Formats: sequence, C-alpha cells, structure tokens
Amino acid sequence: MALAGRRDAPEPPDFGILKRLARDQLVYLLEQLPGKKDLFIEADLMSPLDRIANVSILKQHDVDKLYKVETRPGPGASDQFCFLVRPRVRTMRFIADVTCDEWSFYLLPLDEDIISMELPEFFRDYFLEGDHRWINPVARALQLLNSLYGPFGKSYGIGRCAKMSYELWRDLEEESDTEGQGRKPEIGHVFLMDRDTDYVTALCSQVVYEGLVDDTFRIKCGSVDFGPDVTSSDKSIKVLLNSQDKVFSQIRNEHFSSVFGFLSQKSRNLQAQYDRRRGMDIKQMKDFVSQELKGLKQEHRLLSLHIGACESIMKKKTKQDFQETIKAEHSLLEGFDIRESTSFIEEHIDRQVSPVESLRLMCLLSITENGLVPKDYRSLKTQYLQSYGPEHLLTFHNLKRIGLLTEQAAGETLTAVESKVSKLVTDRAAGKITDAFNSLARKSNFRAISKKLGLIPRLDGEYDLKMPRDMAYVFGGAYVPLSCKIIEQVLERRGWQGLEEVVRLLNGNEFCVSDSAVEDNPAWECQRVILAVFLGGCTFSEIAALRFLGKERGCKFIFLTTAITNSARMMEAMIEAKA
Amino acid sequence: QTGYTEPWLELYSMEWGLREDLRDCVVAAAPYGGPIALLRNSRRDKTPSARPLLEIYSASGLLLASVPWKSGQLVHLGWTAGEDLLCIQEDGTVLVYNLFCEFKRHFSMGNEVLQNHVLEAQVFHTEFGTGVAILTGALRFSLATNIDDLKLRRLPEVPGLQKPPPCWTVLAQDRVTMVLLAMGQELFLLDNTSCSVLVRHFGNLGWACAVSAVTTCPWQPRGPLGCPWCPQGCPGCAQAWGSCRCTRPRSRQRAVVLAWERQLMVVGNSSESIRFVLDEDSYLVPELDGVRILSRSSHEFLHEIPEASQEIFRIASMAPGALLLEAQKEYEKESQKADEYLREIREQQLLPEAVGQCIEAAGYEHEPDTQKSLLRAASFGKCFLDKFPPEGFVRMCQDLRVLNAIRDYQIGIPLTFTQYKQLTIEVLLDRLVLRRLYPLAIRICEFLRLPEMQGVSRILAHWACYKVQQKDKSDEEVAQAINQKLGDTAGISYSDIATRAYDCGRAELAIKLLEYEPRSGEQVPLLLKMKRSKLALGKAIESGDTDLVYTVVLHLKNELNRGSFFMTLQNQPVALSLYRQFCRHQERETLKDLYNQDDNHQELGNLHVLGGYCQRRIEGRVAALQNALDEFYKAKNDFAAKATEEQIKLLRLQRHLQEELDKPYLDLSLHDTVATLILDGHHKRAEQLYRDFRIPDKRYWWLKINALATRGDWEEMEKFSKSKKSPIGYLPFVEVAVKHHNRYEAKKYAPRVPPEQRVKAFVLVGDLEQAAEAAIERKNEAEMSLVLSRCSPGTDGALAERLNRARAQLLKK
Repeated sequence: MALAGRRDAPEPPDFGILKRLARDQLVYLLEQLPGKKDLFIEADLMSPLDRIANVSILKQHDVDKLYKVETRPGPGASDQFCFLVRPRVRTMRFIADVTCDEWSFYLLPLDEDIISMELPEFFRDYFLEGDHRWINPVARALQLLNSLYGPFGKSYGIGRCAKMSYELWRDLEEESDTEGQGRKPEIGHVFLMDRDTDYVTALCSQVVYEGLVDDTFRIKCGSVDFGPDVTSSDKSIKVLLNSQDKVFSQIRNEHFSSVFGFLSQKSRNLQAQYDRRRGMDIKQMKDFVSQELKGLKQEHRLLSLHIGACESIMKKKTKQDFQETIKAEHSLLEGFDIRESTSFIEEHIDRQVSPVESLRLMCLLSITENGLVPKDYRSLKTQYLQSYGPEHLLTFHNLKRIGLLTEQAAGETLTAVESKVSKLVTDRAAGKITDAFNSLARKSNFRAISKKLGLIPRLDGEYDLKMPRDMAYVFGGAYVPLSCKIIEQVLERRGWQGLEEVVRLLNGNEFCVSDSAVEDNPAWECQRVILAVFLGGCTFSEIAALRFLGKERGCKFIFLTTAITNSARMMEAMIEAKA
Repeated sequence: QTGYTEPWLELYSMEWGLREDLRDCVVAAAPYGGPIALLRNSRRDKTPSARPLLEIYSASGLLLASVPWKSGQLVHLGWTAGEDLLCIQEDGTVLVYNLFCEFKRHFSMGNEVLQNHVLEAQVFHTEFGTGVAILTGALRFSLATNIDDLKLRRLPEVPGLQKPPPCWTVLAQDRVTMVLLAMGQELFLLDNTSCSVLVRHFGNLGWACAVSAVTTCPWQPRGPLGCPWCPQGCPGCAQAWGSCRCTRPRSRQRAVVLAWERQLMVVGNSSESIRFVLDEDSYLVPELDGVRILSRSSHEFLHEIPEASQEIFRIASMAPGALLLEAQKEYEKESQKADEYLREIREQQLLPEAVGQCIEAAGYEHEPDTQKSLLRAASFGKCFLDKFPPEGFVRMCQDLRVLNAIRDYQIGIPLTFTQYKQLTIEVLLDRLVLRRLYPLAIRICEFLRLPEMQGVSRILAHWACYKVQQKDKSDEEVAQAINQKLGDTAGISYSDIATRAYDCGRAELAIKLLEYEPRSGEQVPLLLKMKRSKLALGKAIESGDTDLVYTVVLHLKNELNRGSFFMTLQNQPVALSLYRQFCRHQERETLKDLYNQDDNHQELGNLHVLGGYCQRRIEGRVAALQNALDEFYKAKNDFAAKATEEQIKLLRLQRHLQEELDKPYLDLSLHDTVATLILDGHHKRAEQLYRDFRIPDKRYWWLKINALATRGDWEEMEKFSKSKKSPIGYLPFVEVAVKHHNRYEAKKYAPRVPPEQRVKAFVLVGDLEQAAEAAIERKNEAEMSLVLSRCSPGTDGALAERLNRARAQLLKK
C-alpha cells in the first residue's frame, strides 16, 4: 500500500449486517420450537448473545426463562428446553436426548472495525492441543465475509493454521455455487496470521489506553465493568467501549502518558461549554437545554468514568513494580542486560508478585532469547514451583510444547547445523531440512527477525509519544510490534518478495494469492480496505498500531480475530488448573 | 380448418388390445395425464389359482410394464401425487409400486383389518400428501392422511350402519380430514369424534351425484329439500358407475360428471343438465379443467370450451381475434381483404386484444396446425403494434413446443395448457424422469434454458442413479459412462449416485463413483455405511469438518478392537488429537491406554499428576505422584522427576504438620508452607524446611521479612536482620516496613542500605533531610531531582534551596 502522501482512509464496510444475520437466524431457530420454552445458555455465550439479541427479543419469541446451562430447571419450568451451547464435550454432558440445529453464528462485530469470533479457547485448542476443530468455523467466517463484502482481491497469510483455513475456505467457495459476481467489492485484501508467528507482541505489557483498560479491567465482548474504585460510588457500571463513545474513541489508541492531559483538556472544554449558559437569555437557554445539555451530560458522565479509570490504572501501575517491569521488558526486547533481567524475574518469582506476571516474564525471556540457558531454565522453574505450587509442573509442560518456554541447548546446536547445511545445499532443500528441524523444536528467532525488520527503533533523543512517528509508539517507542510490521511489509511489497529470510526465520507457511476473477483496479476504494485476520487472538496494542498505520497510509484496517487477547489471557490458557 | 370448438376432444385411440369390459377390471388412472393401472379379471374370477396381470399403461395406451399379481385379493388401486401405484389388498396391506411395476415398499392399514377385511378403499390427496381411507368388514372407517408419514386413524362408528353405504368419499378441508357418506335418505359427516347428519331427505338425486358435488364445495344446508343440484331425470338411487367433479374454466363454477350404463350427465349448479350417450363402458378421470373419459378403444377429454377459443372459432364471430385470424389468412392469399379486416380491428382499437386472444387460444389447441395458424395470426397482428410486449408470445411458443412433445403418442402425457401451468415445468420434468425419458427431459431443459442446477444436472443425476442399476454392464463401464456424461457439472452429487449403486449391491461401483466426488465430506457417510471406515477417516480429515471426523472416530471405536483402533489413530494425527480431547473430558483411562501404546511416559506422568489433584487425601495424592515419578524417570525427564520427588517430600511433611498443628497445609506451595509457619511463629520448623528443601537464601529472606512484618513481629525482624549479612540487602526491610505503615521500624534499616540505594530508602521513610544529604554526597543529579520532587515548597524551602544549589554546582562542572 505504498501510496504517496496521506489520503483519508476509506470508511469500513457496514458490519451491522452480521449482527442482523445472526439475530434473524436465532429467531428463526427459536420459531422452530413454537410455544413457551426455557433457554439454557453456556456461560461464555451470554455476553455475545446479549450483543445480538436482548432479553426483550427473546421474550418476544416465547422464551420464558433464561438459565445457565449447568443449572437444573426449577419447578414451574416450561415443557420445552432450548440449549444454546458451543459444541464441547463437557457441556454436552449436561444435555441428553435432544435434536440439534446449528446456529451458524461465527462473527460478532465488536466495533465498526473489529469482528470477533468469541472463541478464546481457539488459542489453546489449536496451538497446544493441535485440535483442528475451529478451522472450519474460521473458513466459514471467511466465506460469509467474502459473500457479504468481497470478493477479496488478494489474500496473504503466514502460519500453518492460516494456510489451512485459507485452503478450506477456498474449497468451500468452490463447493458453493453462489457467486458474488458483479457486486462491488468492499474489502480488497485479506491477511491471515497465526498467533504463533508473533508471541512477543502479545506478551508485552500494554500501554495504549484501550490495551491498559483490557489488562487492568478485562474488556469482555466490547464492554467493561468499572468497579467502585472507578465509579467512585458503591456500584459497578457496565460501559460499552467502542467508537460510539465520543470520549473513548479519542483516547483509545493513545499512549497512556498522553491520556491524562487529553482528558483534563477535554474537561476544561466541557466546563467552558457549560459556562456559556451564564450569558444566555431565556430563548438561548431553552435551545441549550433542549439541544446540547443532554449531549454534554452524557459526555460528562463518560469523561468522569474514564478519568476514574485512569486514576485507578495509575494507582496500580505507577508503583515502582510496573516501571521496573516495563524497563525489564524493554531490555529483553532489545537484548541488553539479560543477566539483570533474569535476576529481576527471579526476584519477581521469589516475592510472589503474581503467578501470571511471573510466567509472562519468563516466557518473554525465553522467546526473545530463543530459549533459556539450561541453568536458568531449571532454576527459574524450580523457583516458580516453590512459589506458586507444584501443579505448575504441568503448566511448564504446556509452555514447552507450545514453544513459549523452552531450553536453549538443543536449539543452539540446531542453528549451527542449519547454517552449515543451508550453505551447502540449495535453498529449497534447506527449507525442507529447516522444516524438519522445526518440527523438533520450534524456535522463535526473535533476535534475528528483529534485526532484519528493524523492530527496535534507534533512539535519537526522546520519543514523542504525543506525535508518534511509527507503530513503536504503542510500546512507548521501544518496539514495533512484529505482527504489524509483517503486515506492513507484505502489503507494501504486495507479496513476500524480499522477505525470504524473514519468512525462513518465521518457519515458513507463507502464501500470497490473487483472485484472478477480481479486477485489480487501483482506483477502487476497496483496494485500501484490508481485513487482518488473527488466528489465536489479537491484542488492542496491535489494533492500535495498525489503526495508526492505516491513518499514515490512507487505508483502513479491519480486524477479524478468534478473540481479543492479552498476555494474561494467553498465560491463563496455558496454566493447568488443579483438578 | 376447424378450431377447438368441440367440447369433446379425442386424445388418443387406445391400442391396448383390451378385450375385457373395463367394469370387470380394477382401474386407476393418475390425474394430469398420468399413467393407467389395470388389473384384469379380478372382479369376475375370484379363484385364487388365477394369476391376473397387473399392467401399467401410458395415457396413450402403450404398455409401460406388467407383472403377474401374486399377492392377495386386491380391493382398490390408486396413484399417489408422486405417481406411485398403491395397491390396497383385502387384508389391509398396501403395496407400493413405481410406474414400471417395480415393488417399492408396503405398509399396513392396521391389524384390525386382518380379520374384518377391507371392503372398500379410496386414495385421496390433501395438502399433506396422498392418503388412504378404508371401510372395513366391521363397517368402520380408518384413514391415513399421509402415507409417507403413516398415522392411522380409526373413525368413530356410524350409528345404524347395517351394510356398506352406497356411496362415500373423503373430504379434506382446513387440515381436517372427514368422511362423507350416504345412508338411506340421509347424508352423514364423519369426523374424528362424531358422526352427524348433514342433510335428510335427498329427493331423487343420485347419491353419487350428491356426495361428489359436496366434496368440491362446502355443503351449506338450505333446508330439508333445498338441493341445488337436483336435475330432472336423474336415475334415482341407481348406483353410478363413475362420477367425478371438475371446474368449468370459463364460469369458474363446479360441475359434476356422472356416468352410468351408457349415459353421461354433466350437472352444474343450476338444475339443468347435459346428457351424452356413450358408445362404450367408460372410466372417468377428473382433471383440473375437464374430465378424461377412458374406454376400451378411445381416450377422450370433455371440457368447457375456453372463452378465447369460443370467441375466435364461433361461427361468424366478429371478435377481434377471429377477425385477425381471417386477416392473416387473407394476407397469405395476398388478398386485399386482409387490409379490410385489419382496419376493422384497428378502428375499434382492439388490435392488442386480438393478438392476445390469438395467443391465448393457441394455448388451448391440441392440433399443431391450428396452433400455428393462431400464432401466425398473432405474429401478423403484432407487426402493426408498437411496443407490444413479446414475452407472452415467446413463452407461448415455447410452452406449446413442450406440450406437443409430451402429448406425442410415444410419450403419452396429454396435458392441457391449464394443467401444465398448474403442474409447473419442474414437476413435469420430474415426471419425465420417472418415465426414464431422460433425453427428452434434457432437451426440454436446454430448450427452455433452465438453470443447470434445476435442469440438466438434476436430470443427469437421475439418469446416473438409473444407470447404476443396469446390471449387464461392468462397474468400470458404468462408472466411466457416468463420468463422461456428468463430468464436473455443477450440482451433481456423485455420492448420491454412489449411494444408489451401493443400495443396488454394487459396492465396487460405488467406490469408483465416490472417487469422482470432489467434496470429501460427502463421501464419508457412504464409506461408513460400506464399512470402509479407514478410508472414511481420511476423507473426513480432508474435508476439514471435525464433527465428521468425530463421527468416523466413534464409529471406528465400535467397529475395531482396541489395538487396531489405536493403530489407525496413530497414523492420523488430526483424528488422534481430537480423540485425545474427547478422552480428556470423557475417558481419562482410555487416554492412559493411548499414551501407553506409544510409550509416551511424559504424558502418562502428567496424567498421574493431574489425577493426583482429584484425590482429597494426602495418601492418595502421594500414591498418584509416586506413579508419576516412575513415568518421569522412564521419560528421562530429570527435572520433572526431581520436582515430583520434592513434592512428595513436601506432602509428607505437610501431613505431619497437619496432624501436629491441626491446621490445613495441603495444597500450599513450599513458599506458602514456610510463610504460614513463620506467621504462626514456628520459626524453628521454618528454618528446618529452609534447610531441607534448600530454599535459596534470597527467597527465604524475602519470605521471612514479609511474613514477620505481616505478623507485626518487628523484634524478630530486627534479630533476623542481624543474624547475618542480608542476601537481598536492606532496602527490602525498609520497603516492607513502609508497606506495613511502620516508619519507625523502617528508619532503623535505612542507614544500613548501601549508598547507591540510600537516597531511595530515606525518601521512602520520609526523611528528606537525610536523603538530600546522601544525594549531595553522591553528587548524583537524578537522585537530587528525586528528592526535590518530594519537597513541598512550604515546609522544605530551605532544603530545596540547598539541593538546587548543589545541583547547579554539579551541572556547572
């Protein structure tokens, strides 16, 4: 997308259709069961369902009571039960003897540019257990988007799952006979990426506002529960966080350090608008009350909520711990003072600061260093077990399998052999041998990739976080998220040419396919709309970085993710719970 | 040239060589020009030894198929809406045949009939499908409204019924099915719950007439004698040989056609009636717009002449259509009269009507010549019209070509235009397929340019399903022939065809055909059915549909013994990981077996550990961990083994502590165990654990000062700080004390903090004076700024000034 000069980014397609489709299908299914019925819902479908069809819509279609799926119906229940569950073995145990219908609900638009499949377990199921069951829904989601907003002109991707999903989607397209011919495409490019292409970015502490809110309060299905410490009252408030929120939409992508300044400026402006009342005559006052006051009050309410949230974040994050953690993180990313960082992590564990945080730092150390040196590997794990409990022996096993926490020894020798081999034989054969090695021990090669792609910006002077110059601003100017950099590079080159070495370091499985049926008309708006698909989850930092890139390049990124993720969610997915 | 002005239209002369009287045969003719089924001799000759022939003819009298009737006594024949033949036997069994006399299935009308027999039966059609009603020897009615979803209903008894009623029929209205029957002078309505009298005293109207008439239009009693259809000269209560009803297209009124002996009577709503004399015994087939009259030698159609035809062909008609037809004829003769006629129409500005009339009338004609002349006239008239929409004309030409093709003697489907429109082209194509007239069906599809999915490919698929039944050709030949014709045509399901082949007992052919199926998922169900489960597994995985993989895996699990089941899975990693997921939730033990099979000691060890956490008692957990330990040794995982050993050691110790101190220690980590001991003041024991488990010094110190501070045991903390040199320095002491809001204690440790951290320590305890001192001493600008930032202008003015001065001095250098 090398376009000269800035252009206004095009509007994203209307994803409201997706919501309406899902709702209509649900209503259709409910109508298949005429008469009163009780609806049993799986816990993690509650929030998505709420975004699609609220209680009154359900009541309109004869849903009498709502239960969680684990509960048993009490007395006075309807004679018909309707279950709304994900296809999982463990939930099916609650249900017996039923007829099944599929609610093909794959896509929940969380915002005007974010669509989520709300499949948090995708990450563990696919990358840890090697379970392929969610690939089909991904392919079907692509098919749906393609039929509504496509045809996509060009598809790029990297990662094994991305490739499989892409291929399955193409198969589905071939099987289905409907062709969206003659329709004007709204999405020009699609980029699929496996989460394991870039674990580093997902493991970093987030410092853009939306990411921080997610890390601190956990955003669920596009909304967050602000507790009493934020609302400064005795009750929690559920707030929808999206572009409709005029305050939030202006700060979500900002580095946290500039958020406070913005908010206080905003509140001064607001006050000024209130103050205009003073000089008003009766008619002006009447207009003001009827036209502006409501909006101002709404804005006021949101403003005070976000200020509350900021204060709460500050309280938690401005502690020394946080500053030091960020510092340690940055040195890990840059590859400086590894010894010191290791001791920092050790102390972190010894002091039982937080099991998830400790684990995250260990993984970050391992993934940036291509594994831990054997001595550290053993001692950190031992320390961790002593601090947080022996059951984490299984957690470590998981982390090793997925490649997040590994030992260096084997990897080192491999690299040596590998580099020798690749000098001797042709590239293709080397690729094959590399593949074989990869299956033994996947290596992140982060350092080499970072160097190749220039992920660590060279600092001359202070990085101005208020006027960011590149995507690194989402990590305080210290690091350009790898995932976003790959997308940027591939779009710029319209393919993988010139990135061969990077691809090799990323373990391959890249692809780039043009749909010959779609005219490659650069004048079309859709050429500047890119669908970024994250398999295994994407973070708000990555979203912010690509939004920034879009603004710079005059294009619009829209996001399809299996779920919104962050470091804590990823770690929790790996932690083996007791029993 | 004559037009279609006769109400009688000869469809075909029947050449079926029927010697018997029709009334001696059981006959059934399907509506919409459908086939005729015939069982000869059955009424006259009731000896069981005689084997009558069941024959099926096209409407033109061509024999489609025949089969000797070997089953029981036949009571009634009838056709379903899908042109299957229903043969209702005396014992209540209903045999279903297709129109090539091939047996499809059978069902029974209930056990009750076995003794009582079926006296009479009727086949009827409702919106649910085709139904069957019977009258049993016990004079009770039973019916099923849809034979494809058989639900038998026995209707209540009819009070006073001593012998079979002379006439009865099934009435389907508003989703309710009832029986209407005549008895004595009265007409009864029998529904699910009761039997009620509809009309008493019918006068001299024939029962059949009344009953038939009522079934078409809801009966509204108009008083005891108010019978609207009471024509003069009706044969009293003579039993009619045939009766049927139809709609008169022009007036949209219903009419009843009655036949008895050699007479035919058409009765309408008024009391007038029309009578015809029949040459032969005849069988009546009701149609939408008329009635077909079938006899030994001929097949005729009696109908009301449509208005358009009448207007045009009426003698001396001056209707615009008639004039246009004349004009065109004159034009062909190159006579100037053509212009006169045309002018006459145009003066009245009726040319569009004239063209429309000719087009419409063409549709009602059966003679191609007449059709042509009418269409020619229409086309001629169109030349003088601007912007006359051509669609109607084109459509009619197409429809007539189709109709002429199917009315051909060889095909024998005598549909009228009205029936054809009601039936729709899709159903007509289905019927051609049923008759195996594939080439004609395909030509029609191509001619009408139907979309492939609904047209050609659907028919090819049917053809292929028929083809696989041809046993005289080899599997290879058949498969190739099918693939050659079908290729990659959109919408063809090779798996459906293969299923049919398998159902015909041709497994090899089925496999060959499946290879042509591009969607691997579609192949799976049949492969499973054919017990090719391993092949099915591969295909399921290829399809990417994990539900399908699960289906096959669970199928395999039941089909194979455990060993070969596991072996199969080992070769399919995708399936294996899915099955593992399944076992993890459902069958932990199976999971162990799986790992045992490929000596995966690591995973086995993990499973034991996991299992251990389900054990409530420490003993159970230790046992599980012991198992895990063995596996970890076998897996050569020293780290895991050592960690497990330590854990066992810890558990044993925790048990000891629980007994001795009467406090739960289970589930605590080593760190928390030691911390709890210190919190409770058991310093000696804590010390013991520290040594036994070789807890690193740093951890122990962190742990201990935190616990002591929580406990508020500052004395012990001070003692501890002096026990030896702190491995974590003394800043943590300051921090911990400050965290517990004890500045006094914190201050004690600040001086012991090494110089590089001292400023921070003093700031923490709030001693800015000392902090400033240290910072100035260390000549560190950052530290000075730190202290400065804590100085409040009111109270610490002097201090701030001092710091500023020192900083300025530092910067000068």
